[in-house]
Amino acid sequence: MNEQFSDGVKILVPTGSLGAGVREDEVAYGVSRGAHAIASDAGSTDSGAAYLATGKSKNNRGAVKRDLTILMRAQKQAGIPIIIGTSGQAGGDINLDWTRDIVLEVAGELDMTPRIALLRCEQDKATVKRLNAAGRVRPLPPLGPLDDATVDACDHIVAVMGVEPYLAALESGADIILGGRSTDTAVLACFPIWKGAPWGQAWHAGKTGECGGQCAEERDVSGALLTVRDDGFDVEPLSLAARCTPHSVSAHMLYENTDPFRLTEPGGTLDVTAARYAPLDARTVRVTGSAWEPQSYTMKLEGAGGGRYQTIMLVGIQDPDVLCDIEGFHDRILAALYDRTRKSIPADELGEFHISLRMYGWNAMTGAPVPKGTPTPPEIGMLFVATAATQEIANAIAHACNPYFFHYPAVMDKELPSYGFAFTPADVPRGQVYEFKLNHVVAVDDPMELIRTEWIDLSVPQAQTLEAANG
Amino acid sequence: MAKVRDVCHHVRSKNAGPFWVTFDLFFDGAENYRKYHNSPALSPALFERLYGTDPALVKTIPVEDLAMVKISYPRATPQGGMEERDMHSGQQYVRLLEVELD
Repeated sequence: MNEQFSDGVKILVPTGSLGAGVREDEVAYGVSRGAHAIASDAGSTDSGAAYLATGKSKNNRGAVKRDLTILMRAQKQAGIPIIIGTSGQAGGDINLDWTRDIVLEVAGELDMTPRIALLRCEQDKATVKRLNAAGRVRPLPPLGPLDDATVDACDHIVAVMGVEPYLAALESGADIILGGRSTDTAVLACFPIWKGAPWGQAWHAGKTGECGGQCAEERDVSGALLTVRDDGFDVEPLSLAARCTPHSVSAHMLYENTDPFRLTEPGGTLDVTAARYAPLDARTVRVTGSAWEPQSYTMKLEGAGGGRYQTIMLVGIQDPDVLCDIEGFHDRILAALYDRTRKSIPADELGEFHISLRMYGWNAMTGAPVPKGTPTPPEIGMLFVATAATQEIANAIAHACNPYFFHYPAVMDKELPSYGFAFTPADVPRGQVYEFKLNHVVAVDDPMELIRTEWIDLSVPQAQTLEAANG
Repeated sequence: MAKVRDVCHHVRSKNAGPFWVTFDLFFDGAENYRKYHNSPALSPALFERLYGTDPALVKTIPVEDLAMVKISYPRATPQGGMEERDMHSGQQYVRLLEVELD
């Protein structure tokens, strides 16, 4: 490792996700410990496909601006780079532009003139189809081979970046890097790797710190400090009130992974089978033995698209006749709702549609029969979900079903006033159903082949945008 | 008759990307781990029965140092799709608690 970093490369990870709530005192602590860079991701696929499909962020603008303001103030003081991955929750171009505009606003307010690198990894459909036709795209289970119709069903597609685009941006002197979709790990691993740290240690440190303070035992902490060395790495929480233990750090490898020992990343696999975790002091854990196995370079593709539309209704039910036979009631009313929908809306207008009822307080999570002998709950919530080709038809189905949903009897011929509606109007248009459509990887000849790096240099008197298209 | 809930101090479930669900079963102590982590009751057939998944795709990885076993399966329906009932799969573990291991 570079001599300047004989004590290790220190990465300040202020939060598990930009916008989740950076703490000023924690950032100050990390800076006082000599952090060489600030790095955090700003999203993941975790909360579903809507954020990539629509380009919206899950976090609100104010929260992201607040976090960026704290980080950029620290940057102004310490003169260290800020590295953000998976900008705007999903890392597509719209998500990235949204984050860029906030950074520009904060830079203006703080009177800062950083060189900003934007790493774009959104792919147009023609490119994905071309790569697929060339046999360079292969499926990951449980999905099968990719076809053009699936590509067309996506609103946005990104190729998930590893460290290389970040290394290139650091090498070109970026003060702030805003990455599109990237592996959480790469965002944290790139700076130590740039400074010459061994890849196994850097990637494992990145995986450990991906959720900020979540690798600590006490959870009242937002961030973590990673110190990557030639022979291992150290991790400590950014709050003095919290501590990392060998158990808390090693257990984090389990998080949101199917394999806690081997983690596939662009260009290789992190292997922690031989990793050892030992306390360095009361709050810090030292990890040794992590290994990196280089492999041919692949990037994961993520594609999301909006599908059909939904309308929902919710009622509360305390009626004892319903509660003593919830499943029988569910089946009867569902059949009645389908029947009424078909009779109320002409078939050519209705098209393919779907209704489901979820009995909250009974079996809404599973939809499966509950074990015999389960006690009757004092009340249940019945959620109605209609799915159809357009919002108008989904609404029309809800309108057609409303009278039954209102007072469908548990026992025929027995008059019921009404179930407990929560809202007026009773039906709530929910918008589109969003799904991830791709679980595929693409083989690339060069890690930069699918990446476009764009520069905004605020230090140049009249801000110039220089575009460098790679590949 | 030991159930999962009797021999584990913590059981959790979580999505592992949009297409997979993963379970972490933390056993109470090394002895329970040794005795139960590869119980036939936790075989892929269980996940086919409880979650409708393809048993050939179920992955099971024991982690001896943490006295736990990680079991993952591909989702039968898309995350956030038309029939979603548990976006982050955070409640899927509950069905495992009553599984009898011997």
